[in-house]
Amino acid sequence: MSIDPLTDYDIFDSQFVIDPFPVMDQIRESECPVAHTDRWGGSWMPTRYADIVAVAQEHDLFTSQQILVTGPPPGQEPEGPYAAVAAPPISSDPPEHHWHRRLILPFFAPQAVAKFEDGTRELCNRLIDGFIDQGEADAAADYAQQIPVRVIATMLGVPTDLSDTFTGWVRGVLEAGLKDQAIRLEARNNILGYFKREIDDRTANPRENDLITTLLNSEVDGQKVPEEYVHGVCNLMLVAGVDTTWSSIGAALWHLAQHPEHRHQLRDDPELWPSAIEELLRAYAPVTMARIVGRDTEFQGCPMSAGDRVLMSFPAANRDPRQFERPDEVILDREHNRHVAFGAGIHRCAGSNLARLELRVALQTFLARIPDFELVDPSAVTWAGGQVRGPRQCKVRF
Amino acid sequence: MKVRVEEGSCHGHQSCAIAAPEVFGADDYGNAVVLIQGVIPTELEAKVRRAEGNCPERAIVIED
Ligand code: HEM
Ligand code: SF4
Repeated sequence: MSIDPLTDYDIFDSQFVIDPFPVMDQIRESECPVAHTDRWGGSWMPTRYADIVAVAQEHDLFTSQQILVTGPPPGQEPEGPYAAVAAPPISSDPPEHHWHRRLILPFFAPQAVAKFEDGTRELCNRLIDGFIDQGEADAAADYAQQIPVRVIATMLGVPTDLSDTFTGWVRGVLEAGLKDQAIRLEARNNILGYFKREIDDRTANPRENDLITTLLNSEVDGQKVPEEYVHGVCNLMLVAGVDTTWSSIGAALWHLAQHPEHRHQLRDDPELWPSAIEELLRAYAPVTMARIVGRDTEFQGCPMSAGDRVLMSFPAANRDPRQFERPDEVILDREHNRHVAFGAGIHRCAGSNLARLELRVALQTFLARIPDFELVDPSAVTWAGGQVRGPRQCKVRF
Repeated sequence: MKVRVEEGSCHGHQSCAIAAPEVFGADDYGNAVVLIQGVIPTELEAKVRRAEGNCPERAIVIED
């Protein structure tokens, strides 16, 4: 970025997307570690761990009226035929947020997601079968991208052969749609139209052991939950569970392709896996979320007005040297790692146990079958950024 | 050493259970529960300290 990032950062600047950390460091160590830009609808961007965690935890002041990192002000976004459907619990504020979240948490508890482990491993093996004889593969597009969408489809009870369609819609919301509201709206309407039909089908023919049916039948304070709630949850599970996890798996493989010593460490000491997964999540945190300021306030000396957007760059938080020793190094057995890749506070990622399982199984299966691999051409790796950062093309040779 | 989890601050990261699965588990909602009542066996103390140092919400309270 040749422009001044403190007053004019651009989250879609091509260099920033590839490597945002030098700019984050520059802002973080400047006199004002909370930057501002007028670009993309305008936003504030704190870069210190403590400030980002404070924004996440102070949900009364920093509301979730909007959580996308770009776009028109709240209330002015065009929403089309499904305007009443949001994305609970991520788009909810207290007090509703409490039950919006509580109803779905049991599906994501560690005990509950364990049943997806075997299927995920089989899926990973099948994907590897498809390219292992070629000596080369795209670790992002042929592998990472293929996994979470199928796991989520299985969890939601919708066909996994629609995976490419689902992926296209999610990218429409979280990638291209961030720069173009028409694309976002079209993708959103496709997702909601699809789930409307799935919901109608289950209302007519309830299914056993089915997440959507269970949610449709759930009650809060003796009353059945509104259909828009279930509709919004389906919307969110697809959008929140796909790009994010795929980006984490892809970034971890990109890292491991360049660090044979880390591959060997993991092979020689399997007990490292739990802390290694957390460390890879820390170093390559994919997600940046936004908040809308609820009332005029001053935050770290910055005058913020009601309606302003604030970005929570969890990637920036996770590289703050005030919180992490040697933050730019991947230390697989890092002792103290209060990383916030999954956010913090009441909206902290509900799907984190599933995401960790997918990340671990995807990496373990890949390393077991392809112990040594390297990037074909480091400069040819492409990245997506903005809301979710991760590699989109990442050719490796083995 | 004794340990407890501040219920209002815990948001279910499960970083504690990853660091010290002998000591921390999850309830049906994925929030932390302490599995060991009373005094933590000495050999698990280091793991409990690691769990505390991994909780992003600072919800784990160690009482020595
Ligand atoms: C590595 C992968 C993932 C990362 C890094 C990630 C990150 C995040 C973050 C940072 C938030 C907080 C949002 C906020 O503060 O506004 C969040 C919320 C959420 N995530 Fe994830 N996520 C991942 C995977 C998943 C998966 C697989 C699911 C499953 C469907 C999921 C479901 C959710 C839900 C439902 C919420 C909303 C929770 C609430 O608002 O109470 N996520 N995620
Ligand atoms: S790490 Fe902290 S917030 Fe997370 S489950 Fe454990 S105690 Fe709760």
